[in-house]
Amino acid sequence: MSTLVREHYNFAYLDEHTKRMIRRALLKGVAIPGYQVPFASREMPMPYGWGTGGVQVSAACMVPDDRVKVIDQGADDTTNAISIRKFFERTAGVALTERTAEATLIQTRHRIPEHPLSEGQILVYQVPIPEPLRFLEPRETETRKMHALSEYGLMHVKLYEDISQHGEIATSYAYPAEVNGRHVFDPSPIPKFDNPKLDNAPALQLFGAGREQRIYAVPPYTRVRSLDFEDYPFVAARAEHQCALCGALHTYLDEVIIDDEGGRMFVCSDTDYCNERQQANQETGNDAG
Amino acid sequence: MMQDEPLFAASGLSKSYGTHVGCRDVSFDLWPGEVLGIVGESGSGKSTLLNCISGQLEPSEGDVLYRTQDEGMKSTQAMTEPELRKLRRTEWAFVHQNPRDGLRLSVSAGGNVGERLMAIGARHYGDIRNSASEWLERVEISTARIDDRPSTFSGGMQQRLQIARNLVTHPRLIFMDEPTGGLDVSVQARLLDLLRSLVRELGLSAIIVTHDLAVVRLLADRLMVMRGGSVVEQGLTDQVLDDPQHPYTQLLVSSVLMP
Amino acid sequence: MYVAVKGGEAAIDNAHRWLADLRRGDRDLAPLQTQQVSEQLTLATSRVMAEGAIYDRELAALAIKQARGDLIEAIFLLRAYRTTLPRFGTSKPIDTGAMNCLRRISATFKDVPGGQVLGPTFDYTHRLLDFALAADGEVPAALQAKLQSQATSSTGRKPRISDFLDDEGLLQPEPTGDATPPDLTREPVSFPAGRALRLQALTRSDEGFLLGLAYSTQRGYARNHPFVGELRIGVVAVEMEIPELGFSIEIAEIEVSECETVNQFQGSKTEPAQFTRGYGLVFGQAERKAISMALCDRALRWEELGEDNLGAPAQNEEFVIMHGDNIQATGFVEHIKLPHYVDFQSEAELVRRLRRMHAEDATPSQGDTA
Repeated sequence: MSTLVREHYNFAYLDEHTKRMIRRALLKGVAIPGYQVPFASREMPMPYGWGTGGVQVSAACMVPDDRVKVIDQGADDTTNAISIRKFFERTAGVALTERTAEATLIQTRHRIPEHPLSEGQILVYQVPIPEPLRFLEPRETETRKMHALSEYGLMHVKLYEDISQHGEIATSYAYPAEVNGRHVFDPSPIPKFDNPKLDNAPALQLFGAGREQRIYAVPPYTRVRSLDFEDYPFVAARAEHQCALCGALHTYLDEVIIDDEGGRMFVCSDTDYCNERQQANQETGNDAG
Repeated sequence: MMQDEPLFAASGLSKSYGTHVGCRDVSFDLWPGEVLGIVGESGSGKSTLLNCISGQLEPSEGDVLYRTQDEGMKSTQAMTEPELRKLRRTEWAFVHQNPRDGLRLSVSAGGNVGERLMAIGARHYGDIRNSASEWLERVEISTARIDDRPSTFSGGMQQRLQIARNLVTHPRLIFMDEPTGGLDVSVQARLLDLLRSLVRELGLSAIIVTHDLAVVRLLADRLMVMRGGSVVEQGLTDQVLDDPQHPYTQLLVSSVLMP
Repeated sequence: MYVAVKGGEAAIDNAHRWLADLRRGDRDLAPLQTQQVSEQLTLATSRVMAEGAIYDRELAALAIKQARGDLIEAIFLLRAYRTTLPRFGTSKPIDTGAMNCLRRISATFKDVPGGQVLGPTFDYTHRLLDFALAADGEVPAALQAKLQSQATSSTGRKPRISDFLDDEGLLQPEPTGDATPPDLTREPVSFPAGRALRLQALTRSDEGFLLGLAYSTQRGYARNHPFVGELRIGVVAVEMEIPELGFSIEIAEIEVSECETVNQFQGSKTEPAQFTRGYGLVFGQAERKAISMALCDRALRWEELGEDNLGAPAQNEEFVIMHGDNIQATGFVEHIKLPHYVDFQSEAELVRRLRRMHAEDATPSQGDTA
């Protein structure tokens, strides 16, 4: 099947003209961190809203030597992650991995891996709605002007309203941040727990929104500051529990309902990181580290 | 040092829509701390004029000058869009006739007042909230309502909130379009009182467009009377209202009960 | 001991196998041939070609079979195929005036040169279930021959109705030009989009979405008082200039449905009253879509024609273009079934914390009053 697909389609599915068009948009995005570059998003063989932007960005960056990892909700074995990973296996024949440290290109939906990224790695985010101002100002013509003129007061009005009503900033994911002291951007629906990892990261971070036809980027070692108030600073929140499998106290946790009585347990959302820790625990004979 | 220069000036301003003339050859100077009233009936061109001078409409001819902090008198047509937008949220203010056009109805009163502060870089929640409380008090809105949305306010309260939202950044110049229109007479009187004391206290320059002579008698130092797109008479407010020279002004003055 | 949910890969493979099994259905029945689909479910094939935006009956039929008859899924398959195809060039505009019509009607004139040709239409059928069809009723051979001779005598080239109105100056002329229209599949859409791009988006739009919008314009959400000036269905030639040859050659024949509506236009001080048009053109036999498209096109022209914006959805270019594509819509609407538990967890923690804070705030005040 794979060879059949690769005979009929170009490497990584997209034709080279399309890849060049996407790479031009990526270069522009890297040159102006956080700026949303319009691009002629192609129709992909998976539905809009399921990672078409991320897949196009990954395909445009992919080379035959790449080792590709795909995660959804932090896990390698969620169905959509598997489906996208298989897509690249069939269309590009690249090596696949579940190990964050070994991957050269990681496509993600909703999480940043716990294992620190390193130079040379590319992290590609799937983005549903790229415009952080969209729900404050529906007109595209106006939001583009607001970005152009750095008119971000409205964004803080939203945060002000949160505090006045809830006593704290009630945005828990897709938490807006300022890149390189200039553009405010939407880091895609990652939990705000992950926001600090965006900052000054050694890896290249690329964002693709297929349906909305936008690409943006955070180049390596770029300052990313989550929006807040001086007296209500940004807090990266997580559930106050320990991972039931590896004992981690510092990772983002999934809550799992385990019985009919509604009993709960908390486990790492990053499956690769959790496995790594479990193995290390076994080797040291330590049950929870 | 530059008090011998006006704050704002219009010269030879005209605006036409095809063959229809909005306003024709209007010139005036506005001095710091001065309140200029523009009166006329609907269709007289006063709203067109206000939109032209406040940078919301491109005039067909003529020029609008504003004395900027850095560059002295500068033509607003020569300003870039970012400059104009910045002026509009810092040194200028605009009070709309309908408070719904000037407020965010889905944002709390405190958020409405705080928006301009945040737009110019305020990032301390406590400070923003204190300023908002202070301004709500100044416009006689109970600070207990700070977290309420303006959609729950009366018309008079909404208008006072709009004024607070505009004045919080201490603008130098405020444009007002029929600020008392659509309000009950007793509510109007209270709002006028408030506006008069705020303008005096803050040393604001203001341009008020209205059809209501009572408004300008109370607020304006100087008056321009417009008809058919042209200024037919101008002068000190008392002078124009008590001794009108132009037949149209005479008609206008005689047709209203004086306070 | 809890084991993290694994086996997603096996689950996907199993799902695909199950899908293939159900697609085949009862093995005692002959498998569906794609030619049967393109020949006997012609209108479904037409719709999939139109919204899949590629004219290929065989591929459309294959897509319908593969999608188990889910037409949006079939359209999706075609779209994903078409996007990978290389572009060799651009054809010349098709000349629908030279169409070999199998159906051609006008609502504005009782009779017209070339005649009213009803063609194969459902219009005057009584919607009674034909049980003979269930019993495999074939059209008798004699009738078939008669029908065929009738068909050849009534089909053929017909003059365009709008040309008659044009000659009299009754109908606002459409600007002609050689400008290459924008391509919404190759450039990101920006607004205002302009009519060429709008028409392109409309012809690919979901038939149901356009039908609903068109209906809304007739019920007062936008002011539309149209007549069908002409509706024609038939075959046109596609020609392409070949630079090496220096002239154009016919590369294909395609079947299209075209609708021109005629709308009143009151005129203004500077312009006398005139009729204006709405335009619809769709691949295959798709007259419902062509008529709907023409109504939507006309409603979207309010600004150009100096009409009032009534705030109707059908007048809002951004609304219509951004929401008419069923592949975009189905993807985004259905994507909410993908796992979102990371975000949900984040929200749940927040709500729990806020509730805790609320409870803590409430407790001391109760203590005070006690």
